[in-house]
Amino acid sequence: MSREFTPKVITANALLEGDVVYLTADDSWTRDLSDADVLTDEADADLRLLSAQGRASEVVGAYLANVSPDADGPRPTHFREEFRRTGPSNYFHGKQAAR
Amino acid sequence: MYRYSEFDSAFVATRNAQFRAQVARRIDGSLTEDEFKPLRLMNGLYLQLHAYMLRVAIPYGTLNSTQMRQLAMIAQRWDKGYGHFTTRQNIQYNWPDLRDVPDMLDALAEVQMHAIQTSGNTIRNVTADHFAGAAADEVADPRPIAELIRQWSTDHPEFQFLPRKFKVAVTGSPMDRAVTKAHDIGLRIVQRDAEIGYQVIVGGGLGRTPMIGKILHEFLPEADLLPYLEAVVSVWNLLGRRDNKFKSRIKITVHEHGIEDIKARVSQRFAVIKPTFSGVDQQLLGAIRADFEAPQFRKAPTHHFDAAYNGNALFRAWADTNLSAHRHPDYAIVTISLKAHGATPGDASADQMRVMADLAERFGHDELRVSHEQNVILPHVHKSDLPVVHTALREAGLGTANIGLISDIIACPGMDYCALATARSIPIAQEIATRFDALKLEHEIGPMKIKISGCINACGHHHVGHIGILGLDRAGVESYQITLGGDGAADAQLGERTGPGFSADEIIPAIERIVRAYLAHRTSPDEAFLDAYKRLGLAPFKDALYDQASAYAAE
Ligand code: HEM
Ligand code: SF4
Repeated sequence: MSREFTPKVITANALLEGDVVYLTADDSWTRDLSDADVLTDEADADLRLLSAQGRASEVVGAYLANVSPDADGPRPTHFREEFRRTGPSNYFHGKQAAR
Repeated sequence: MYRYSEFDSAFVATRNAQFRAQVARRIDGSLTEDEFKPLRLMNGLYLQLHAYMLRVAIPYGTLNSTQMRQLAMIAQRWDKGYGHFTTRQNIQYNWPDLRDVPDMLDALAEVQMHAIQTSGNTIRNVTADHFAGAAADEVADPRPIAELIRQWSTDHPEFQFLPRKFKVAVTGSPMDRAVTKAHDIGLRIVQRDAEIGYQVIVGGGLGRTPMIGKILHEFLPEADLLPYLEAVVSVWNLLGRRDNKFKSRIKITVHEHGIEDIKARVSQRFAVIKPTFSGVDQQLLGAIRADFEAPQFRKAPTHHFDAAYNGNALFRAWADTNLSAHRHPDYAIVTISLKAHGATPGDASADQMRVMADLAERFGHDELRVSHEQNVILPHVHKSDLPVVHTALREAGLGTANIGLISDIIACPGMDYCALATARSIPIAQEIATRFDALKLEHEIGPMKIKISGCINACGHHHVGHIGILGLDRAGVESYQITLGGDGAADAQLGERTGPGFSADEIIPAIERIVRAYLAHRTSPDEAFLDAYKRLGLAPFKDALYDQASAYAAE
């Protein structure tokens, strides 16, 4: 049996600003991970990713990132995704400043 | 300073207009990202973790005050009010909008700057000794030759699709402040009797397979330099491996074929190429040289300097660390530290850039330099002006007296910005600087170069740090590997790995244990860390790092 499919979100960078974005349940892009759609079915995730990658005039480099669902919404499981949803640690810039 | 010819200006303007149209086509959807990416990279535009990043070349690290003010303007208007100076004598803007980049490039062109060939598989921005034209120990100014190489390599039709990037560094001083042995080609200007020639070093590089460059030619006459370089790049262009990105750099080609084989191929190729050089390059070099003539040095007494040095402890501490010997006895080279304790190494705010520009204009013959150690230099300051310059720098938060010390750290952007990173590097640099400042040990420790990279690509030169730190991802946790004894100077040397890595929490105490072991073992304060390491080897430092019980027993 193949490895168990862990929950994921679709993420990318916005074409114009380069800012990190996530795909929502209604197929729009959000800047906030907590609004992202958590995908738990592998076939569905692959299909949604393909269609996200096709939206080349909106985003760059769409991929699936692991999350763990939480009461406040999905949380990153890897520190790279934690930085992507927050911003750099040396300045209060990026997403953390926009909140 | 070199000024653009009509040809240069027209070339940059055309290139900017092309890129403006390419950006527009990307935004309106007629170009895909796959089509656009190589185009944006050719123009210095990356996409990082949180935003785009524009990398601007500062050829051989030389700037005037007008250019520095324009860099400040760009930082303020289109970025977040600061810029990041890098180890390759570039400035990076971390937050541009795609739509604004064509305007930023036009603003750069207004002051004869650009972002061309700061990326991609081309001959990159040529770097040079940041003390060029000023250092007391210099044989000849390396910048005219660096400019000639830039003109020859920019848009060179044969070299737009090389197997990989190609980096050239030039030094005119035996001290080698340009890390020539860690470049694809390193050039050292050497003198034999009255004659000037070039030692050609090939196949150095850091990254995942670090290598120290090997000597390809001991003494190349100046007239042969361009055809010889063309022969080297041309041999590698054919031979270099395009099947495997990790084996494509010339260091691997030299390693796989051996230096003698490469030498023979280069000679053969050189014999073919040399007759095609009509001598125009030498005429050009003559004209370029005139642009790099030394300023008119001022004759004036230096007692203001002596009075401040003897009477003001703060000034003296700064003068002892941040000044270097100038070729003119009444002048000094000022290194402005972009490493205030706890700040991001290499960052300068727009206001700080303006202060540096003003000082260069008033006291520095209108010249600034950017060093690969991520500091800014005023190469020609009369000693009598130094007290005023120091005061102005302090007021701008630029007066830190730490050049060459433990807090003068090189750090790549790491996972705070870089999409390739496996761990952060900036916070580690900040914490080391803050820690040793709090301990008040910095001056006691003396010369020390710490270099930090956030992944195996080694943009932070960690292999040649006296203490090198490499950030890795170990099972989803940031982990830091230490190397000791690296050296980027004339006798370049790669550092040795100490053993298992340390977590982000453990790395600062680990560095402290190394430093304390050094202090305990050195024969006298005159024995610098690197010398002590060469004498003692890895063992005592390893003990201090991994076997804390015995380390404390030794104290
Ligand atoms: C943030 C965007 C950056 C990216 C994507 C990037 C990417 C890379 C890559 C892939 C390599 C390895 C190349 C190879 O071995 O073939 C490399 C090497 C290098 N980079 Fe960067 N880098 C970045 C930023 C920087 C910065 C900020 C600096 C200066 C502080 C820098 C300086 C260097 C240097 C000196 C090397 C030398 C290694 C060599 O020549 O083998 N890079 N970079
Ligand atoms: S060393 Fe790695 S993390 Fe650091 S800038 Fe280079 S590619 Fe990015």
